[in-house]
Amino acid sequence: MSDLTLGPEVAQTLPEPVWKEIVAAFARNRLAVVGLGILLIVAFVALAAPLLAPYDPYKVKLGEQFLNPSWNHPIGTDMFGRDVFSRILYGTRISLLIGLVPTLISMTIGVILGLVSGYFGRRVDFLIMMLADMVLSFPSLLLAMIVMYTLGASLLNIFIALSAVGWAGTARVVRAQTLALKNKEFIEASRAIGTKDIAIMLKHILPNCLPQLLVLFTLNIPDSILSEASLSFLGIGAQPPAASWGLMVAGGREFLFNAPWVAIAPGIAILITVLAFNFLGDGLRDALDPYLKS
Amino acid sequence: MARPETNPDPAPPFLEVRSLTKYYPITKGFRRRVTGLVKAVDDVSFSIREGETMGLVGESGCGKTTTARCVLRALEPTGGQILFQTADSGTVDLAPLSRRELRPLRRQMQMIFQDPFGSLNPRMNLFDIVGEPLLVNGMPNRKERQERVAELLGLVGLRPEYMQRFPHAFSGGQRQRIGIARALALNPRLVVADEPVSALDVSVQAQVLNLLLELQERLGLTYLFVAHDLSVVKHICDHVAVMYVGKLVETADTKTLFYSPKHPYTASLLSAVPIPDPRLRSEGIELSGEVPSPANPPPGCYFHPRCAYAIDVCKTQSPLLRQVSPGHFVSCHRAGELPLQGIVT
Repeated sequence: MSDLTLGPEVAQTLPEPVWKEIVAAFARNRLAVVGLGILLIVAFVALAAPLLAPYDPYKVKLGEQFLNPSWNHPIGTDMFGRDVFSRILYGTRISLLIGLVPTLISMTIGVILGLVSGYFGRRVDFLIMMLADMVLSFPSLLLAMIVMYTLGASLLNIFIALSAVGWAGTARVVRAQTLALKNKEFIEASRAIGTKDIAIMLKHILPNCLPQLLVLFTLNIPDSILSEASLSFLGIGAQPPAASWGLMVAGGREFLFNAPWVAIAPGIAILITVLAFNFLGDGLRDALDPYLKS
Repeated sequence: MARPETNPDPAPPFLEVRSLTKYYPITKGFRRRVTGLVKAVDDVSFSIREGETMGLVGESGCGKTTTARCVLRALEPTGGQILFQTADSGTVDLAPLSRRELRPLRRQMQMIFQDPFGSLNPRMNLFDIVGEPLLVNGMPNRKERQERVAELLGLVGLRPEYMQRFPHAFSGGQRQRIGIARALALNPRLVVADEPVSALDVSVQAQVLNLLLELQERLGLTYLFVAHDLSVVKHICDHVAVMYVGKLVETADTKTLFYSPKHPYTASLLSAVPIPDPRLRSEGIELSGEVPSPANPPPGCYFHPRCAYAIDVCKTQSPLLRQVSPGHFVSCHRAGELPLQGIVT
């Protein structure tokens, strides 16, 4: 045993932990860092909206409609005399909530169905994937609209509608990854030990899907935000007087020539937030890419 | 006074494989009509005694890995028996058991894999990898597991302090040691090693092989060793079985097989082993042609199209495995009458 305890092959210097390399690769991508910075600011604004907003976003002031941007009202006022700046600050709350909650729900559903589909295969796989294809083949906004019309407009129903639409993409990605992983030898080793199927899925397959899921998560959020904006714009999302960006664009579009800030400012807010998420997602994908392949 | 019967081998074999077959159907069209069979393993029989090492050799695609996986029941055999002596010395046929019935037997037989990179979950550290079998088989106490994992890592020549590290921090040889530690965690009695060193550098191969031999001696393990490298087999195995296109062509103890092979295929494999002596020129037997597909094997002896000694009967009749000397079985019509050469040195 003596000559075996520490053979010459035992590496003296071990490589740095992988996550350090990933962080370094991410930091090299300027757009991604900018995106992350913007999102941190947006998150802060959402939390601190009552402290930051100069006015009550819901308070109607007759006689102060369509004020031009000024020191008192940085982005002017809207058709009801409400301060647009305050409303945009409050709008971050709805947008982030809509971005995060339905994405989390739909991805949880997608992960479970994808794992089951890929792992067990055969008939279960066929059924789940057929369902996913049906969802994917439909324009997602149309599907969400159908759900909203059926259930009625409310925040909870937006969650349901967006979750019902969003799971299919995640399910496909997780299924593909599961198929690639389930024939690996470490899975077979685990089976030979007597590990149960559920434990194999949760302990061996799911952790190996995490990089993909992280990227998917950051790319799904802006989709949700945009969908909410579209639904609200069409009048079947958030209902007045809620401070939702989509709703604000919809309300302001009639006055685009007289008071362009009412519609354009929330539009820009949507644009910046969505772009920031996309930059972050792209940056994460690039940083994780070599590890996604291995 | 009756004399006790003199039986050269009184104990039943530790593992006996009888007429093992594994067929894969070839299906065609929408209705998945079965149009043919790939006979990946066709009527393979061998036995291993406790504490010994059986080598399963052959070219890639000859069914040796499939055989090994059927023995472990990672695959469902199509037919045959796998008689295994369990720890409480009852003999169990593994072939027809269901997954649930197999679970209690799993801990007695474990596997070492070929690819040291694919066989370890990259997202688990050594403690989780080596400790997983313990956790799954009833050792929920973390402290106990830590002690056992440290012991196992020491056993395979790794520092216990490495427990928190992840597989990517280790070389191929080290990873293979980790895989061995995991296989040993449940104190198995049978270890199936599927080409455990063929992915490693030659210098590291020797270390891992010696480790395997040492562990066998210390823990009384029985190995089923799948390999294509005959010099490795010569080093580690007590018995060797040679496979060709899903069938067993020759089996004997290592010495007999290496010094006096009786099957022309075995002889040609042996002639391919490099001899570490520049003054000796081996007279290599170069085989012409390709390995036939197990989906469409030639008639008669599967080896006849490539065999230099083939006669008419070889083209029509499939040879049966017959005993040429005690413990030496060959499936060749002309076994014993051919001038075959084994390893010279």
